[in-house]
Amino acid sequence: MSLPRRKFDTLIIGAGGGGLRAALQLSQAEARVAVVSKVFPTRSHTVAAQGGVNAALANVLPDNWHWHMFDTVKGSDYLGDQDAIEYMCRAAPRVVYELEHMGVPFSRLDNGKIYQRAFGGQSRNFGGDQAARTCAAADRTGHAILHSLYQQNIRARTHFFDEFFAIDLLRDPEGNVLGALVLEIATGEPLVIEAKTVLLATGGAGQLFRTNTNALINTGDGMAMALRAGIPLQDMEFFQFHPTGIAGKGMLITEGVRGEGGYLLNGEGERFMERYAPKAKDLASRDVVSRAIYTEVREGRGCGPDKDHVLLKLDHLGVDVVAKRLPGIRETVKTFLYLDPAETPIPVYPTAHYTMGGIPTNRHGQVVVPEHNGPEEPVLGLYAAGECACVSVHGANRLGGNSLLDILVFGRAAANHIIGELKQNRYHRPMNDDSVDQAMARLSRWDRRDGSETVDGLKRELQTVMEQHCGVFRNEEILKEGVAKVVELEARMQGAYIKDHSKVFNTARIEALELENLMDIALATVCSALERRESRGAHSRVDHPERDDVHWMRHSLFHKDGRRMDYKPVRIKPISVEPFPPKKRVY
Amino acid sequence: MGAATEINRLRWQCRRGMRELDLLLLQFLDSGYADLDANATLAFNRLLDCPDALLLEWLLGRQLPSDKEVADVVQRIRRRPAA
Repeated sequence: MSLPRRKFDTLIIGAGGGGLRAALQLSQAEARVAVVSKVFPTRSHTVAAQGGVNAALANVLPDNWHWHMFDTVKGSDYLGDQDAIEYMCRAAPRVVYELEHMGVPFSRLDNGKIYQRAFGGQSRNFGGDQAARTCAAADRTGHAILHSLYQQNIRARTHFFDEFFAIDLLRDPEGNVLGALVLEIATGEPLVIEAKTVLLATGGAGQLFRTNTNALINTGDGMAMALRAGIPLQDMEFFQFHPTGIAGKGMLITEGVRGEGGYLLNGEGERFMERYAPKAKDLASRDVVSRAIYTEVREGRGCGPDKDHVLLKLDHLGVDVVAKRLPGIRETVKTFLYLDPAETPIPVYPTAHYTMGGIPTNRHGQVVVPEHNGPEEPVLGLYAAGECACVSVHGANRLGGNSLLDILVFGRAAANHIIGELKQNRYHRPMNDDSVDQAMARLSRWDRRDGSETVDGLKRELQTVMEQHCGVFRNEEILKEGVAKVVELEARMQGAYIKDHSKVFNTARIEALELENLMDIALATVCSALERRESRGAHSRVDHPERDDVHWMRHSLFHKDGRRMDYKPVRIKPISVEPFPPKKRVY
Repeated sequence: MGAATEINRLRWQCRRGMRELDLLLLQFLDSGYADLDANATLAFNRLLDCPDALLLEWLLGRQLPSDKEVADVVQRIRRRPAA
């Protein structure tokens, strides 16, 4: 089949902060760069990052990169790779200053230096007093970074394919990556983009779960493309949840509400956290509160007609306190629930927030897989960065302020490695038509006009299964059922069809392709969670409540082929300093 | 472009970087958009061209857009849909 083709040095899939930071570095080095994004670039999910970006600038309190490194290793529950973490923490001040020079309006101190706020998990002196390490542009840091990077890319003449959906990677029989098949959403026309190097920067997969904080675009497209190309996904069992999202909607209600004196009630009007955490009560750690809410609902003590949530009560604080100390929460609740939390309790449920796992890479952004010569052989021509990748700097649990840092540092690092690669590989390899045909088959599969299942229905079922069987409460039995249910849904997806077969802006077709991606990632997540029989970071197994460093201080790798699990050691040796040996993680 | 295609195009423009915006905009597209007159339809299109951070300020009721017609559409989006 003859399809239109375009040729570039580098193809970047995804136009969030990671993709745009890499694109800028490459365009400035005179590489021909194409960025493919399914939505307009400044509508990427980076825009939702409000908190800020960590860097040991020591503008407010004493600080250095080594303390930042310690906090990140400890926060990761010792599953993070210490070479990558050292690299990231050392590079942090530089990437922040670069952003400042690009025009990101960081909040300032009176002396003109960048203001830094304190966040959970930040310490001085390797676990001592609170540090202040997060640089922010008011409460819209992600937005400011994304817009600055986009404008810089326009100036550097990066070529954008806006509203193009990536179908699959194209590879030759030797495994070299040749580019990707993409679909122009506005016309429904496929296009082959040939490239000497490809960077995946497609973000996370929050849409796996019914209640989540993520934009609808977060369907893990790049992770699923990697799986289908024979690349395993790493540490997918680690998904960060927040205990209090608005029930059925997902938006975060910050811990600050409970800090101000708000507390949780079950359907019987009981302040149930007293049973689960007699001392800390409603201010117990996130995983404890999340599991308590889940347990109350599961045991029939939920609230509402379907008994599927609990209530967060703050009306006793009075209108003045709520209006003064929690104005943002009040606006959000009023907007989405049409109720005033100063008068009526808020329905809440644990909400999925961040994908720690992803496509395995080294600290140069190269995608690495187990091959004959070792567990981390680079896949030639293929890179990944940001939430879709697993470097791994977050290990089992990500710290606030480290996700923007991750995308900036490793977007830039991947670009630098690609620049070297392009000097050595000056020509495009011949296109493999079989690979193009395979990718086209994925598209034409949705041309069928009848079937027994709808895309919407399957997506809702998948999200519910993942929430119930791979959420905050995990044990052998629940996870086993989860695997069986996802396998069944995957089989039923073969019988799914869409009604709309038009070409122009056929969003039904895009949603079908997104569902396929979610299905692949759901299997990776639930299978990895079943096999990891310990509790570490965000993965907590009630039947294996302790961390088990002897057997499980290692990374999981899920292969789509045969749903096979594989493991590789954690890289505990940093680049230039002594390793941080595992300790019990207490705060 | 036919009406169904135009709705599809708008559906994709309602895909934003934040969950808050996705939910509000798509709910309105399904339940309130059909009632807009020609001018308000144009205003809705202008709204969708604005950056996400600004949309959030407007749709959460923290600010009102200076464009009166866009402000009116914002008020409609914030209104509780009929059950």
